[in-house]
Amino acid sequence: MVNKLIKEDTKMFLTGNEVLAYAANAAEADFMYGYPITPQNEIMHTWCKLLPKTEAGFLQTEDEISAGFSTLGGILAGKRAFTATAGPGNVIMQDAQSMAEMMRIPFVCAVMQRGGPSTATVIYAQQETRLTCYGGNGEGFRIVYSTAGHQDLYDYMIKAFNTAWKYRFPTYVLADGYQGKMREPVMLYDPASRGIKMVPVTPSLLGEGQIGIDRKSVHMRNTYNMEEELMEVLDSYQVDYDKMAEEVAEYEEYKAEDAEILIIAHGIVARSARTAVDELREKGIKAGLFRPITIRPLAVKPLRNAVSRAKQILFTESANGQLAQMVLEKLYGLTTPYSTLYKMGVGVTGDDLVEKVESMVKSPSVV
Amino acid sequence: MARTKIVLAGEGGQGVQSIAKILVEAGYEAGKQVLYIPNFGVEQRGGVSIAFCQIADETIGEPRYSKGDIIIMLSDRAIDRCERYVSENSTVVYDTSVCTIKPECKCKNIIGIDANKIANEKLSARVFNIIILGVLLAATNVLELSDIKNAMEKALGKKFDAKPELRELNYKALEMGMNLVKEKAAL
Amino acid sequence: MAEVLTLPPKLPKSQNEEVGASKFCPGCGHGITLKALGNAIDELGIQQKTVFGCDIGCSLLSWNYMDLDTVQTHHGRTTPVIYGFTRANKEAIGIAYMGDGGGLAIGSQHLVNATVRGERMLIVVVNNTNYGMTGGQMSPTTMPGQKTETTPYGRDCEVTGKPAKAAEMVAAIADPAKSFVARSSVSNVRKLQSTFKKALKNVENGGFSFVEVLSICPLNWRTNNVDTFGRLAQMEEFFEVKEFLAPEGLV
Repeated sequence: MVNKLIKEDTKMFLTGNEVLAYAANAAEADFMYGYPITPQNEIMHTWCKLLPKTEAGFLQTEDEISAGFSTLGGILAGKRAFTATAGPGNVIMQDAQSMAEMMRIPFVCAVMQRGGPSTATVIYAQQETRLTCYGGNGEGFRIVYSTAGHQDLYDYMIKAFNTAWKYRFPTYVLADGYQGKMREPVMLYDPASRGIKMVPVTPSLLGEGQIGIDRKSVHMRNTYNMEEELMEVLDSYQVDYDKMAEEVAEYEEYKAEDAEILIIAHGIVARSARTAVDELREKGIKAGLFRPITIRPLAVKPLRNAVSRAKQILFTESANGQLAQMVLEKLYGLTTPYSTLYKMGVGVTGDDLVEKVESMVKSPSVV
Repeated sequence: MARTKIVLAGEGGQGVQSIAKILVEAGYEAGKQVLYIPNFGVEQRGGVSIAFCQIADETIGEPRYSKGDIIIMLSDRAIDRCERYVSENSTVVYDTSVCTIKPECKCKNIIGIDANKIANEKLSARVFNIIILGVLLAATNVLELSDIKNAMEKALGKKFDAKPELRELNYKALEMGMNLVKEKAAL
Repeated sequence: MAEVLTLPPKLPKSQNEEVGASKFCPGCGHGITLKALGNAIDELGIQQKTVFGCDIGCSLLSWNYMDLDTVQTHHGRTTPVIYGFTRANKEAIGIAYMGDGGGLAIGSQHLVNATVRGERMLIVVVNNTNYGMTGGQMSPTTMPGQKTETTPYGRDCEVTGKPAKAAEMVAAIADPAKSFVARSSVSNVRKLQSTFKKALKNVENGGFSFVEVLSICPLNWRTNNVDTFGRLAQMEEFFEVKEFLAPEGLV
C-alpha cells in the first residue's frame, strides 16, 4: 500500500509530467517501470523524487521493451503498476502492449507524443494517435483517453487505472510534449473526495490459496493452437469491448449545438479550437467543436449527431489525419462535406483555425 | 478578455527559461491564469532557447500561438527564429549590445535595449536575465513589482539568504530593466 | 491373459499431472530439464511461491507442464516479465525459462541487464544449438560447421562469428557475491537437478542465478540416439560444463 500525498484539494502550478506522477500516486499506483525518452522523463523524475514519501516502487529498465513487459510482470503480481513513453519508445513498447491486449492485463501507460516518424523531434505531435489506438498485431482492444491540459491529465490518469482494472483492456493517457513540458495551474485532489473509489487490484499469479489444496495452478496463455480457438477468444473480447464502449466513451462539445462549421479535434489541438471558436463567434461565424475524449472507443452516436447537424466539418490535427481516418469510418452514410487542416508534428494555433474556417465560409468544401 | 502572449528567446545559457519561470510563477501567485511552454530541443544545452508564456484573466485555450504580443529577442539567432511570431500588433524588444542585426519586421514598435552592456558595466553579467525580467514586467504591465519580487524570493530565496547583497543586486537589475522600457516608451 | 502392469510415471510434485510425462518431441531435452527443475523445486519446498515464465520457441510448450503459476510471454521477453513480477512481489521466486535464441539473440539485452542489476530470479537457457520450433535455424550457439536450415552447408564462423558462450558472458558481468552461474547438461540429470537446487537456493537468498543447460534436439539435428548423445558430448567439450560463479556459503 502506498502513501497518498494529496489528502485535500491542493491547487498547484506544475508541468504536465509532474501532474501525471501526482495523479498516479492519487490513484494509489504502487509501481512504475520506465525508460528515459523525451518528452516524458519528468514523470519518472517526479515519481522517483516522491518515493521516500510515497514508499512506492520504481524500476528503470534497459529499454521500452522491458519497461512494457516488466510493467506486465508487476501487474500480474497484483500491483497497480504503470509506465510512460513516447515516440520510438511507444513503437517498441507495442510488443508488450499487444500481450496486454491478448491476456487482458490492466496495463496503464501515459504516452507523451513527439514528432515522427523515426526520431523526428522530441517536442510535440499527435502522430502516435493511430499507434496508441491500434498498434500491435491485433485489433486495438484498447482504451485511449486524449487529454487537453493539466486538469485532464490529473483526472484521466486516475480514471485510466480504474478503467483498465474494471474492464481489463490496456488503457492509455494520450498526451504530448506540450502538455508534458508546459506549466499551468491544476487542482489536485484525493479521488475519494470526488466519490471515486479505486477498483481493487488482485494478483493474477501467486494469488490466494495453495496450489493443489485450494486451487489449481494458473497457466496464463497468449498462444493458441487452432484458428477457431483464437477466434472464439477474440469474439468474446469484442463482445466485452462493445459493452465497455457504451460505458466508457466520452466526448466534449463546445458551442456545437447550433454550429454550422464543426471543428473535430482531440487533445491539445481541441484547446486551440476552443480559442478559435470564440473568436469566430465574435465575428459572427457559427463555429463549434466536437472533441472526442476517448479516441478509442469513439462516442459514435453523439459524433454522428453533431456532424449531421453541421453544414461543414473541419478536421484538424498535429498529424496527417490520424484521428480523421478513425472518425470518418464511423461517419459512413453521412454526407456533410469536410475540410482539413493538418500540421504534421506542429502545433495548431487558434489563428490557424480562424483563418481556415473563414476560408471555408467563403468557399465551402464539397468533399 | 485580456490575454498577454509573450515570446522570450535567447541563447542557451542566457537564463531565458529561468526568468520565464519566475514571470509565470508570479502570475500564478497573483491569481492570474498562466501557461508556459519551454521550447526544448534534442540537446540538453545550447541552441536557441524559447519560452512561450501567457498571462490571462480567463482560462487559456491554445497553448501555442501564431503571434505574440511581446517578443523579446536576445541574440541574432533568436531574431532569425522569432520574427515569425511578430504581427503588426506586437512589441518587439531586442538587445542592441548582443545582437549585430536589427529585427526587420512590421510591428507596433521595436525597442532596442542594451541590457547586456548595462549588466556588464554597471551590475554583474549574472543579472543580465533579471534586467530582461524587469523589461518584461514593464512592457507587459499586467503584474506588480511585488508579484515578481515574491516569485524571485521563491526561486532564489536560499541564495539571497546566504548572500544578502545578491538580493539588492537583483532588485537593482529588475528596476534598471523596468526603467529601460519606460525611458524608451517615453520617447 | 497377462495382466498389463501400469506404473504411473514418477513426476515431481511441481509438475502438472494432467499434462502427462512429456509433450515435447521424442528425445527432446526439455522434458529432462523440466523434471530436474521440478524435483529441485520440490526439494526446496518452494512450489507455492514460484512463478514460472516461459519464452516462445520450444520452451513455450512448458506453459502448462509444471504445476506452478505460469505465464506465457513473447519471444525474448520472459526475463523482463519475471523481474517485473519479482520486483513487485518480494516473496516470489521467479524463473524465466527460455531457449538459446530467446536468451542470447532476441532477448540478450534483458539477459545482460538482468545480470548486471542482479535481479532476484533464475534464468534458465536451454541450449540445443538451434531454433527448434521454427524448424531448425541457426542460433547464436550453433556449433562450428553445424548444418541448420539457414546454414545448410554448415555454420561458417568466418561469416557468422563463433558460437556464443552464455554462461561465460554472464559470469563475466555478474556480481560474484550474489550470483550463481553454471552450465549443466541433460547428460547428467542428477547433476542438473543439484545445479537447479543451488540456483534456486541462491534466489531464495536474494541472489541472481543463471543456468545454461546443454540440451538435445534429435528431430532438427536429424540424429539417432547414439549420434544425439555423441553430439551432446561434443557440445560438452566446446561449452565447458561447470559452475562459473557461486556465492560463498551456497550449498
